[in-house]
Amino acid sequence: MTTQTLRPPAEATTTARRTSERRPDSRPAWLFLAPFGVFYLAFLIGPTVYMFVVSFFNTSIVQPGLGTFAGLGNYAEMLTRSDFWSAMWHTLQFTLYTVPPLVVLSFVFAVLANRVQRGQWFFRLAFFVPFVLPSASISLIWIFLFTPASGLWPQFQSLIGLEPDAVLADPSLAMVGIAVATIWWTIGFNFVLYLAGLQDIPRELYEAASVDGASPWHQIRYITVPLLGRTTTLVIILQIIASLKIFDQVYLMTAGGPGISTQVALGLITNTAFTDYRVGAASAASVLLFIVIVVIAVARQLLDRSDREA
Amino acid sequence: MATTTDRSTRTRGGNGVSAAAPARTDPTRIRSPRTFNIVAGIVLGVFAFLWLVPSFWAIKTSLVSNETASLGADAILRSTDPTLASYATLLQSGQIWNWYLASFVTSAGTVVLTVVFASMAAYALSRLRFRGRKLVFVLILAGIMIPAQVLIVPIFQLLDSFSLLNTYWSVIFPQVPAVIAVFIFKQFFDGLPKELDEAARIDGAGVWRTFWSVIMPLSRPVIAAVSILTFVTVWNNLILPLFVLSNPDLMTIPVGLATVQGSYGQRFADIQASAVLGALPLVILYLLFQRRIVEGVAGTGLKG
Repeated sequence: MTTQTLRPPAEATTTARRTSERRPDSRPAWLFLAPFGVFYLAFLIGPTVYMFVVSFFNTSIVQPGLGTFAGLGNYAEMLTRSDFWSAMWHTLQFTLYTVPPLVVLSFVFAVLANRVQRGQWFFRLAFFVPFVLPSASISLIWIFLFTPASGLWPQFQSLIGLEPDAVLADPSLAMVGIAVATIWWTIGFNFVLYLAGLQDIPRELYEAASVDGASPWHQIRYITVPLLGRTTTLVIILQIIASLKIFDQVYLMTAGGPGISTQVALGLITNTAFTDYRVGAASAASVLLFIVIVVIAVARQLLDRSDREA
Repeated sequence: MATTTDRSTRTRGGNGVSAAAPARTDPTRIRSPRTFNIVAGIVLGVFAFLWLVPSFWAIKTSLVSNETASLGADAILRSTDPTLASYATLLQSGQIWNWYLASFVTSAGTVVLTVVFASMAAYALSRLRFRGRKLVFVLILAGIMIPAQVLIVPIFQLLDSFSLLNTYWSVIFPQVPAVIAVFIFKQFFDGLPKELDEAARIDGAGVWRTFWSVIMPLSRPVIAAVSILTFVTVWNNLILPLFVLSNPDLMTIPVGLATVQGSYGQRFADIQASAVLGALPLVILYLLFQRRIVEGVAGTGLKG
């Protein structure tokens, strides 16, 4: 029923449609889908299912097979382990440190860049280029900036009369250091999304507002901010999902340390699997993280859909 | 319901790859109090400057000697005789060439397989009529929500059971099923007139001929967009090659760079030079394909 109401133009080509329907496309269609389908099943769906299965077994990486059945044992273990909860907390901490600045700063940068007539290429170069660089380069650069005592940051702190920090070696500051590097690295992504969103705002709105005497600040406050609402929702959700999957920067900059003060969910999972060889337990933790991420992703899809239909 | 899905993806074409920046017009660029724009320019300029400091610092450090670099920020800033010694050391040691090779082979290999397979699947979903089309589309749609990084442990086991660990394939295969690529292609194909296919079919071309010699040649922009984004994603992936490659000769750039911090010790200039060398190919790629990269990223929300 909805099918018909949604695609009236298709009726115009009914005859063509009918001939192509009579000619069975099924065989070529499945052949066209097969190569992608094989990889999709083997490397996305298969591992997902396998992860769920293994999470109920005492599987080890050094022994073949699934190992003994563990029931909910792996889950019980993870949910009662303090380092699991501390890894979850650090992941959340990282999310809280990075998402608000990433959203607010990228919005400000995009709105300002849109107003400044010249030098667009320069702002894109400054803000966007770090985003396409490998996390490994980013981390080497920031570790060096934070080098205790002789690095650029501690020397700058001494210069303005502050006590220099050993950022990455200090359990209470290490996550802040990782967050700062991450904001620097990924802001270009949001910046570009906001610039694209700004293109969709009709210029007549600003013209009308300025005729009515609205100041630039009021135009931003009452036109730009509300009309970029959809972009902001998208940006926030993508940022939260990306933050929950954080691994690279932590592995490279602190390896979870000092102690376990910056250990995050994926770090705990890979340590459990590849250092402790306990694939079953690692899979249980993976499943828990997986569920959190998928719930947010599904919420995004639903939100997206209701948004478009409205 | 499924039709609605169909439609919403099509609407997304509005700010998708093909139409991310319709023209270089700028809606907010209108006459407004000049002072505001001047202040905006200054604020933005200050932030842009701050944003350039880390890159500038890495480059500056890579151009001094290791001895100067170990003296600290002040000495690096004051140094006036740049040297390429660190670059010479790294490029002569040969290790970095292995890393470049591994990154290049895995990135290019994934690009080829992803472009061919994803475009074929998208063509079937966009043009061919068959039972179960909607279902297949919804199943693939669901895949977009699966966080691949979280699957690192089962993917490792899978590759292990196929004896693929420590081969380039172990980095390529898991990254081929990029659902987003199917979407980008489908969106583009949906926008091509159906008459193209019908004319080709009436002329006696089979499905494959129609796809390969009529549709694909028209799809160059979208092929370029998918290729570049796939290339960057694979080149920058750390977690997968980190665990599936342990042979130092096969390491990709990110995995190789991850060993640098530990093994180069106090050779700060060398460390920063290796960070610059690891980033260089992507900076070049960005300079060559600026618009496409920016539009592709903005249009798909592609990330991590």
